Amino acid sequence: MRRETVLNAVLALGLLAVPLAAQAMGEPFIVTLATKVAILALAGVGLNIALGLGGMVSLGHAAFFGIGGYAMAVLAAPVQAYEPLMTWPFELAGTKSMPVIWVAAMVAGALGALAIGALSLRTSGVYFIMITLAFGQMLYYFAISWPAYGGEDGISIYVRNGFPGLNTLDPIQFFALSYGVLMAALMVSWVLARSGFGLALAGARQNPVRSAALGIRPYSVKLTAFVISGAITALAGALFADLNRFVSPSMLSWQTSGEIMVFVILGGVARLFGPVAGAALFILLEHWLGGFSEYWKLFLGLALLGIVLFARGGLIGTLAGREVAHD
Amino acid sequence: MSLMLLIEQALNGLQYGVMLFLMAAGLTLVFGVMGLINLAHGSLYMIGAFACAAVAAATGNFWLGLAASLAAAAAAGALMELTVIRRLYARDHLDQVLATFALILVFSEGTRWAFGSFPLYLDIPRALAGPVRLPGGIDYPLYRLVLIGVGLAVAAGLFWLIGRTRLGIRIRAGEADREMIGALGVDISRLYTIVFALGAALAGLAGALVGALQSVQVGMGEPVLILAFVVIVIGGIGSIKGALVGAILVGMTDTLGRFLLPIAFSTFMERSQATSVGAALASMLIYILMALVLVVRPGGLFGRA
Amino acid sequence: MNLKATLVAAAAASLGIGGAALADPVKVGMITTLSGGGASLGIDTRDGFMLAVNRAGNPDLSVVIEDDQQKPDIAVQIADKMIQSDKVDVLTGIVWSNLAMAVVPAATAQGKVYLSTNAAPSQLAGKGCHPSYFSVSYQNDNLHEAAGAYAARAGITRAFIMAPNYPAGQDSLAGFKRFYQGEVVAEVYTQLGQTDYAGEIAQIRASGADGVFIFLPGGMGISFVKQYADSGVGLKLIGPAFSFDQSIIQAMGDAALGVLNGANWSPDLDNEANAAFVQAFRAEYGRLPSVYAAYGYDTANLLLSAMDKASVSDADAFRAALREADFASVRGKFSFNASQHPVQDLFMREVVREGDILTNRIVGVAIEDRGHAYEDECKM
Repeated sequence: MRRETVLNAVLALGLLAVPLAAQAMGEPFIVTLATKVAILALAGVGLNIALGLGGMVSLGHAAFFGIGGYAMAVLAAPVQAYEPLMTWPFELAGTKSMPVIWVAAMVAGALGALAIGALSLRTSGVYFIMITLAFGQMLYYFAISWPAYGGEDGISIYVRNGFPGLNTLDPIQFFALSYGVLMAALMVSWVLARSGFGLALAGARQNPVRSAALGIRPYSVKLTAFVISGAITALAGALFADLNRFVSPSMLSWQTSGEIMVFVILGGVARLFGPVAGAALFILLEHWLGGFSEYWKLFLGLALLGIVLFARGGLIGTLAGREVAHD
Repeated sequence: MSLMLLIEQALNGLQYGVMLFLMAAGLTLVFGVMGLINLAHGSLYMIGAFACAAVAAATGNFWLGLAASLAAAAAAGALMELTVIRRLYARDHLDQVLATFALILVFSEGTRWAFGSFPLYLDIPRALAGPVRLPGGIDYPLYRLVLIGVGLAVAAGLFWLIGRTRLGIRIRAGEADREMIGALGVDISRLYTIVFALGAALAGLAGALVGALQSVQVGMGEPVLILAFVVIVIGGIGSIKGALVGAILVGMTDTLGRFLLPIAFSTFMERSQATSVGAALASMLIYILMALVLVVRPGGLFGRA
Repeated sequence: MNLKATLVAAAAASLGIGGAALADPVKVGMITTLSGGGASLGIDTRDGFMLAVNRAGNPDLSVVIEDDQQKPDIAVQIADKMIQSDKVDVLTGIVWSNLAMAVVPAATAQGKVYLSTNAAPSQLAGKGCHPSYFSVSYQNDNLHEAAGAYAARAGITRAFIMAPNYPAGQDSLAGFKRFYQGEVVAEVYTQLGQTDYAGEIAQIRASGADGVFIFLPGGMGISFVKQYADSGVGLKLIGPAFSFDQSIIQAMGDAALGVLNGANWSPDLDNEANAAFVQAFRAEYGRLPSVYAAYGYDTANLLLSAMDKASVSDADAFRAALREADFASVRGKFSFNASQHPVQDLFMREVVREGDILTNRIVGVAIEDRGHAYEDECKM
């Protein structure tokens, strides 16, 4: 436990120190990369609640990531175009305020997760994997072919949304904001794992029959966890859309689901800081390998394969020893 | 809209369905016997198509290419099983998903490395080119009729293999109780390799047959893989019969939905808009079908859950 | 430019120190698709662009190239990196409209010049036009318009028209109808990325049409053309060059022979610059160039022509130099209109076999001196 705590502190401080140093040296792009790591790690933190704590192998989390992104664009686009978001049944202007957008993204993500989860959790195991993948793909095709909101072209939001008291267009300030949100989500995740609800969830994962005998309904406990997971991933989607000032259906594609899952597993399933370590390593590999070969994904695949086969428990498991069992 | 057009569309749906069956059968077998989820099944489909295109281009003979696709996919499958998949049987589904996701990256980029980024040329054999006239005056492409025949023949062969042969008995025993057949002296690791290679060969066959109609390019396998998952979820995991029924249901729903929905919408909407909205809904139709099946029968139509 | 700046520039030029200012180095960031299913288009764009750069041998021009993987979010990140870290002056190379919409508005807002080698969505031609945005290729609707204008002359009076259900597909059908003088008997949207067209082909057969217009780029077009040829329907096919370009028709084989496609360039286009380009491209890369290679080549030559006239540090003068379009285009006639999109001839090409390879040759002019449909919306 102690070694993992030290490792977590190193990761948290490292993710903070690198962009600050880059800023001092006049390398704003590294700040942007660190922001990407923080936001993708946040998506991983969301998935980790379903995957690590709840044992729900969702291969459709891109759905919530994309819902969050589109929530941002749907709210911000009308402001950009000087048109109200809707005029009936009541007039509603859009917004460029991040806190409002975040709440909307989380609510939308939670509702999406409620619908998909309620259907998918009727099954388990390999069915669950395939069904979440299929529902994710359904939203992807819907986003591509539905003519409102840009279809495959997506929507550009030319100016990043605002946060009270900050200049979000400054890379380092936007990084600080994303980092703060990531830390808050990690806190939520930590509290959740140790709460009565977390214990009930662990019970539902390890032994649903016994949980049911104790009066806990595994279905509703798991569904609640899935909804929280979807909401956090949607929040990450909203931030990711703000990072790129752009959303498109590619956020909803199954490759995105696969990549979010890769962050979690690279870092270590059910480890608090697993997604942070995983996202950082993934972005590092992407930039390092991408630098010397057009076919860098081949090497990424081989590296992933090696990690699954020989370094179980991911990066944190390898470095800190394995004691948190996932099953 | 005439009755003839509707029949022709139903034939198209059937043809689409039996090709999906070739993909889904391998997946469902591997899951039923080994309890393994294989995302890289789409890569085997792609390997079959590339092998067929490469050999057909070199020899000028489609049938040699088809044989090569079976051999290449089966060999790639066996190799994959021996080096990677074998280590995953005892792992949870999560590790299986990640490892086979990594295999997709390796196969896709490896193929691109070997064959380049441009799509390959592969055409249907001359003997099967062109349309034939069916009773009722429908001109229907001969090659597609052959595909329907091949798909149904493979389905019959699989039912025979599983139901009537020694290998089939072992496969069924393996599905029922994995430890027991090992204890009974069946060489279980060889059985697994054979089943995996069989599933791979079916995917490769589908890739080559469909590749001749479509375009042979990197990434062609993944959309089909996801549809095969939908098929399996609808049919019930591990059931060959479920895979067949599910595949034809999905093929029919998709083809007829794409055809009929825009027509239905144009009865009360302006044409341009109706075709666009109808097409958008049609692309979601099979997933809606899947959701409905889940509500009624969570284990799929022929599943045991 | 205000009067004072003009006077200073004029004075500098007359004193002969302008030459030093003109030698300001220009750094170009090329974002294009070099991996994945759409890689062949980006590779041709890059190769065409670099061919012109290498032939010119101008030591003041440097180029950084990165792969966007055909993903908008990656393209945005590369653009950020090129602007923030590499400090490029000019961006170029994006193949796909959705990626262009993600990158271009932000890049031009930060004062960078963007030269489009391909994608030119209507938003950027009309309301969203910008003094720093130049399309060297066309406006997205142009090649569809060429097909529409020529279709009636090719004997297509009852057209069946079809495209994928996404914004570029919807624009395509609108572009075709803009100049088409026959009747549209059916309008069908397919799913993006669809590979089986049996259902659509059955509808074509039943529609009573006498010709088919398709916009199905990449693998979709290959699938459709092979299946269509096999179905025996045999009606005349017409489309934009995207579906029948050099990089694609080899994979279609003889099924593509005789297909008409609208374009603004062709390897057999008869002018000196084009002959030199096609010959140099074949010598360098061992294959025939595609339209994407031609646009890349023209873009680099446009940039080089502007570098001879103005310094990139003087944004107004540099953009004015670009607007003059004083270079020998492989398309022959080439000039910019007020929205900084080309005014050029649109041709009709036909797929033919030359020896072992399939290629295109011009069969006629579809529209002369065509600009684009969104010119009035551009307030610049």
